[in-house]
Amino acid sequence: MSKERDAAIVGIYEYPLRSVDGEVSALQIKAECAARALEDAGLTWQDVDGIYDAGDGGGMAGLNISEYLGIHPTVIDTTGVGGSSYEFHAAHARRDIAAGKTRVALLTYGSTAHSSARAIGVGGRPGGGMHPADNMDGFAGMTLISNYAMVAHRHMYQFGTTSEQLAEIPVATRLHAMRNPEAVAAMEDLEFLDIRETTISDVVNSRMIADPLHLLECCMISDGGGAVVIASPEVVRDCRKPPVWIIGTGEATQYPQIGGDITVSAGAQSAPIAFGEAGVSASEMDIAMIYDSFSITVLTLLEDLGFCAKGEGGAWVEGGRLRFDRPADGPALNTDGGGLSSNHPGMRGIFLLIEAARQLRGESCSQVTDARLAVAHGNGGMLGSRHTGGTIIMARD
Amino acid sequence: MNDLTRPLPQTDEYDTESFWSATTEKALRYQQCANCHTIVFYPRRHCTGCTDGDLEWRSATGRGRIYTYSIVRQSYHPFFRNQVPYVVAWIELDEGPRLISNVIGVKDPGTQVHIDQRVQLVWEEHPTVNIPLFRLADDHAQ
Repeated sequence: MSKERDAAIVGIYEYPLRSVDGEVSALQIKAECAARALEDAGLTWQDVDGIYDAGDGGGMAGLNISEYLGIHPTVIDTTGVGGSSYEFHAAHARRDIAAGKTRVALLTYGSTAHSSARAIGVGGRPGGGMHPADNMDGFAGMTLISNYAMVAHRHMYQFGTTSEQLAEIPVATRLHAMRNPEAVAAMEDLEFLDIRETTISDVVNSRMIADPLHLLECCMISDGGGAVVIASPEVVRDCRKPPVWIIGTGEATQYPQIGGDITVSAGAQSAPIAFGEAGVSASEMDIAMIYDSFSITVLTLLEDLGFCAKGEGGAWVEGGRLRFDRPADGPALNTDGGGLSSNHPGMRGIFLLIEAARQLRGESCSQVTDARLAVAHGNGGMLGSRHTGGTIIMARD
Repeated sequence: MNDLTRPLPQTDEYDTESFWSATTEKALRYQQCANCHTIVFYPRRHCTGCTDGDLEWRSATGRGRIYTYSIVRQSYHPFFRNQVPYVVAWIELDEGPRLISNVIGVKDPGTQVHIDQRVQLVWEEHPTVNIPLFRLADDHAQ
């Protein structure tokens, strides 16, 4: 394993509500989460000298959030690459801390996607400016889910993957969600019908939204937010909670190319870089926090992260393997309940870091006994066309 | 456009305006570099294969195959919500480029549409631009 201990997650906070009903703004959620995460670390506003922001609080991201929080950072990073932005931020924070440019890095996220009825889950097109690529396909009525569904169809065609196999993913995350009181409250607040553990049969018999993906294979659309504090080894010593070290990072983009394979995501590039840097392999992971916008996102990424070979994901996930209480079979998946059943306000990447840190501290609602190593992989943009992948490997002392 | 018509592309977007203006003559065009032969799609002003590129326009035959597809059964879009179920597909042209389009003219997409089926371009006519859609080719059985 890597001996590098450059930077660690020392503070985390996940906003508990998923439906704020117009009572608070995204910016207010960011600030509240920041304060609670600093408190969790035993730090204050004055300690923060690095700001990482994906622009969710409005324009001029790095400036506005600094003023709003009342801090004067020496590093300002506004990488905005969709839902994976926070894995990119964690990678950059570690790099900047190792370079001595910052000692306490703050990542924040806030969204009122549910209250504002933004179309990110089961219908509608995502927003965005007029990039030439958008001007080529707007006529076709490609919904967000049909974009992902096209990856699923091709995966089924090339490898014989079945809907029953894909259903293993939402079944596992729902099991974990039912153990997480905030996830249960989220499903109640968002008016999920029939809130309970699900079966493969429940998933494949739920309403088809865009073939071959069913309703229970799609993430929720919530409000929410979170914050993560990443600190240098010197700062770590004085923090309240045990450190969760960032030991490997990888970044990548993927987009349509002539002769390309739509079943291979950016993760196929970012993961080997991250695992190589960490000096560990996928098979050693206790925890896999993988961006579950849809079932197919996770299946594709399990393969690209190296848990199994490309095309073998369907067979690999069978039999409840991803549950938290099956540690001998490989990593536990999305033990907070995931975007499918706990929290998806549009850019879920920060929650991947938060729940991975909970697991390595021993604080999860679905705690894996003696969890030592975790991978968080964020996917930003759209899996079936253009997207980013950010991989973060984490270890406890 | 009112909500009951298909959303149409902007015909003055810098990189794609030539592509869309050619559709008025029912030409489906892509670019290829005369220098390094890289095919560029979606259209751009620069070659992605070399830094001294010389992009030339080529016309596709309009024949290709379904690389992958989905059947959209739920949409909140004011136009498309009335079209469900409809087929969205990545169409791979015989010349190589892939584009997002619709496969139209199928009564029961759940049983009639398959990956790798041959398709043929059909133009949907509009006043300022024509839209490249696809139907199953007569030789779709291959």
